[in-house]
Amino acid sequence: MALIEIKNVKKHYTSGDDSVEALRGVDISIEKGEFITIMGQSGSGKSTLLSVLGGMNHPTTGDVEMAGIKLYQLPVEKLADFRAQNLGFVFQSFHLIPYLTAIENVMLPLAIVKTSSAAKKTAARQALERVGLGGKLDRLPNQLSGGEQERVAIARAIVNNPHILLADEPTGNLDSKTSEEVMTLFRELNNAGQTVVMVTHNLENGAYSDRTINLKDGMVVAAQA
Amino acid sequence: MKLHTISINNLKRRKAKMAFLTIGLMVGIATIVTLVTLTRSMSSDIEHKMDEFGANILVTPQSNGLAMNYGGISLGGVTFDQREIREEDLAKIKTIRNSKNISAIAPKVLGGIKVGNHDVLLVGVNFASELKMKQWWKIFGEAPQADNEVLLGNDASKVLNAGSGDSIKIKTETFKVAGVLDQTGSQDDALVFASLPKAQKLLGKEGKISLAEVAALCSGCPIGDMVTQIAEILPDAKVSAIQQVVEGRLKALDQFKRFSYAMAGVVVFIGSLIVFVTMMGSVNERTTEIGVFRAIGFRKSHIMRIILLEAALVSLLAGFLGYAVGMGGAKLALPFMAESKNAHLIWDTTVAFGSIGLALTLGLLASLYPALHASKMDPTEALRAL
Repeated sequence: MALIEIKNVKKHYTSGDDSVEALRGVDISIEKGEFITIMGQSGSGKSTLLSVLGGMNHPTTGDVEMAGIKLYQLPVEKLADFRAQNLGFVFQSFHLIPYLTAIENVMLPLAIVKTSSAAKKTAARQALERVGLGGKLDRLPNQLSGGEQERVAIARAIVNNPHILLADEPTGNLDSKTSEEVMTLFRELNNAGQTVVMVTHNLENGAYSDRTINLKDGMVVAAQA
Repeated sequence: MKLHTISINNLKRRKAKMAFLTIGLMVGIATIVTLVTLTRSMSSDIEHKMDEFGANILVTPQSNGLAMNYGGISLGGVTFDQREIREEDLAKIKTIRNSKNISAIAPKVLGGIKVGNHDVLLVGVNFASELKMKQWWKIFGEAPQADNEVLLGNDASKVLNAGSGDSIKIKTETFKVAGVLDQTGSQDDALVFASLPKAQKLLGKEGKISLAEVAALCSGCPIGDMVTQIAEILPDAKVSAIQQVVEGRLKALDQFKRFSYAMAGVVVFIGSLIVFVTMMGSVNERTTEIGVFRAIGFRKSHIMRIILLEAALVSLLAGFLGYAVGMGGAKLALPFMAESKNAHLIWDTTVAFGSIGLALTLGLLASLYPALHASKMDPTEALRAL
């Protein structure tokens, strides 16, 4: 059984009399340990698909099943718990909390977990070491470069050992050299068994993944291995 | 890393905004503390004065008569069916419900006597209670200690040509003038004061008294109620409250108190609005941050706890500072507001804890809607990136 099953997912946005169909019947199946890139032009619905996949955007119709659990049948707060326990997010603009240090940012998902402060600190330190930032634990985000901020964001996403790592344009704000480093990091994480789903419009990033799903006008137009 | 780490670090980062919020709430709390403390201190001062100024309840024999005097000029009067008060009846006054508010009871017996060629009014008093009640009395010499000693009013001393240490003769007995009162400007100037038992004997009124003055401590005691209580146990006596200027002052103070509370209410309302607007602004500024919290699995209650904890910390600080500043303000203002130079500031733990509690309650209430608003933010909307 696949880790993620997306079945006939449609998403309509309405604004006044206008209605936009962001997703028009998407079916995707993702296996455990896969590295998937979702590609498409701006407005193709890839970010909407990622938010639906991340349990943050209720589809108009269709089901999203993850590890046997139908996400959108869960109550809102249970869905939040599910995100906390099973998903890791890497956002395009990093979205680090500016008043928290690197290690505090990484510990953020653990703030709501009942475990000792020492255990939280150890987990955060290990996550930062894994992304190569073991020496910059106490730096504030504005004391880090773009690439380093991205690494902190990745460390925050993996600190709770999620089943799936979701990334939205993780290299969108980085130069090409740093982008390569970040993509290599994602590849390494995937090689270690981490399932990764990444949205990108950069064709070069697709080379790092196992499979690419192309979206156009809210529909899957091609899937390449 | 706990939720409070986020709250505390955010407060540290937004120092200017949080200082503005703290000052806004602090001004409200300080105003309340100042006004409450001022009115309490001033009330205490007035009450203290009333106690010092002597009797506020007068017990006289019941009679069907009309006094005929005005502005100190007496034209006599008609008195009939007068009943007398027995000395032992006075003990009953100490059994009334508000007996703990009674500071002193000063019984008096009055009667005209002849000293030499002069007719004078002899007043038999209990010197201990009389001196306690009339603290403004200034005596040249000593207060009488024995039954054969008298105290002369200033005018009486001049008329009788007797000073401290001299002797006067009343009826067949010789009395030593223990002391002479300094000019009081009242009827006391014309009187001869002797001990109550001796005066009763000289006037042939053993066991009887002409009137009794009662000094009641006014703090928390309605004089009107006490008058009623005394009248109930002394049906043959006429009990009346002495309406003095200080009572009028108390009424004025009561009006000031009401005005103060209204002012405090307005200031607190404005303070709450400042908290509300600032917290709402803070929440709106942190839309992305809250979106991240929600995306990584924070529950609505977690978001509310973060916002409310920030509000609670700021409110507590505002409460402490508000109390300190308010008491400082009251201390500075009291000498200008109170009539007495001896008025002292009342330090009340109720006001201290009350101001901190009020700050906390207001801060939390004013932040409740912003916190709810934050907790209901849609993570996708909040992030906009997804």
